[in-house]
Amino acid sequence: MITYPKAPKIQELGYELKVRQAMNRNLITVEPQTSMSKLRGVLRSNRISGVPVTRENKLLGVICVEDLVNWLMSGAKDCAIEEKMSKDVVTLCADEPLVHAINKLQQYGFFHFPVLERESGELLGTITREDIIRKLLQKLEIEYREEEIRRYRASHIFEDIMADKTSLIFQYYIVGQDFNRAGESSSALKKSLKRLGTHPDIARRVAIAVYEAEMNVVIYARGGEITVKVDPNQIRIEVEDSGPGIPDIEKAMQPGYSTAPEWVRELGFGAGMGLNNIKKCADEMNITSTVGKGTRLEIYVATKKESVSYEVK
Amino acid sequence: MNLGKIRQILRAEVIVGSPLDREIEVCCACDLMSEVLSCVPTGSSCLLLTNLAHSQTIRTAEIAEIPVICFVRGRKPESQNIESAKKNGLVLLSTYFSLYEASGRLYKEGMPGCSGSRVS
Repeated sequence: MITYPKAPKIQELGYELKVRQAMNRNLITVEPQTSMSKLRGVLRSNRISGVPVTRENKLLGVICVEDLVNWLMSGAKDCAIEEKMSKDVVTLCADEPLVHAINKLQQYGFFHFPVLERESGELLGTITREDIIRKLLQKLEIEYREEEIRRYRASHIFEDIMADKTSLIFQYYIVGQDFNRAGESSSALKKSLKRLGTHPDIARRVAIAVYEAEMNVVIYARGGEITVKVDPNQIRIEVEDSGPGIPDIEKAMQPGYSTAPEWVRELGFGAGMGLNNIKKCADEMNITSTVGKGTRLEIYVATKKESVSYEVK
Repeated sequence: MNLGKIRQILRAEVIVGSPLDREIEVCCACDLMSEVLSCVPTGSSCLLLTNLAHSQTIRTAEIAEIPVICFVRGRKPESQNIESAKKNGLVLLSTYFSLYEASGRLYKEGMPGCSGSRVS
């Protein structure tokens, strides 16, 4: 007889899961009038040690290998299964917790139990030790996976913090003129957004917009700062630099207009597409600039379409 | 088109990355990274053909989610950039064909571009 470990988690699952969830619905039954000589074939072809005897879905009894052996040993004539089956059958109801099935298996030492619908008494399936073990392992596996995903993801932070409104703010510092490190902040931001459960398409849009903005800071300014505010509904990005500023924003927004130095163009940037790319990726973009002081760029990306609240100034 | 076939057509060397048995849906041949960022369709498995083999090419691929880069004219990035590509799970190839020749060969074999057009 199998002894189930007294692990608290297994016991908890044993109460949580119902017999219905673990039982085998692939019902193999025999009619009461079927002859004993045919039983061997039924058991053998289905690789089972016993089979419920039913008439119109009503359980009449169970016939098993032992009954077959006894009948063969006695050398009696062929007869209907009805005459040799056990009529006093221990059954389980589909709505019972799985732990009842475990207990009954231990108590009786049977290999399987028929499972009945409580109200109608209709035979729904059978349950074996194998079915129980399989279901428990499956459930444990699912819970383990969920926990792993949850641990990696940080998206639950929005559910865990109790407040009327929750936002997360993080910052990145950009080093000017350092072309090799350009894009590091965008890359880190993209990874963080994904962990926060942001939709991959949205995270990609944000990353592209911030990458272009970061590149502008690297090209034109000595340094800058990116501040990201993540709400459950939108992402707001502010990129501020202490660069030369933009004298004519309208002109700077024109596709192809660029004042980038040659070395930048050789590297595949500075073609006057940056601000347009940012605009294309953002749901809303604001740019303010003072010559000699710096530039401030605000980007809004909605993460949930229905509830966007822009803090447009 | 299967990446293995692309590699054959371009007679390309694998610098880093795997697997090579994967489908590539579109190709973008470009030396302007801003252009790449703006034109590669979201959620598509794209091949980038480019002359530029510096850190920002790798970064662009990472940001725009381009899984494979093939450098033309036998160009190869520096080892630290190869490392960063490896970290981001990118496949890097190198072909001796020029950007024009590599593009033409792939287009002729039915590889569509970013606008979805393909040889008929």
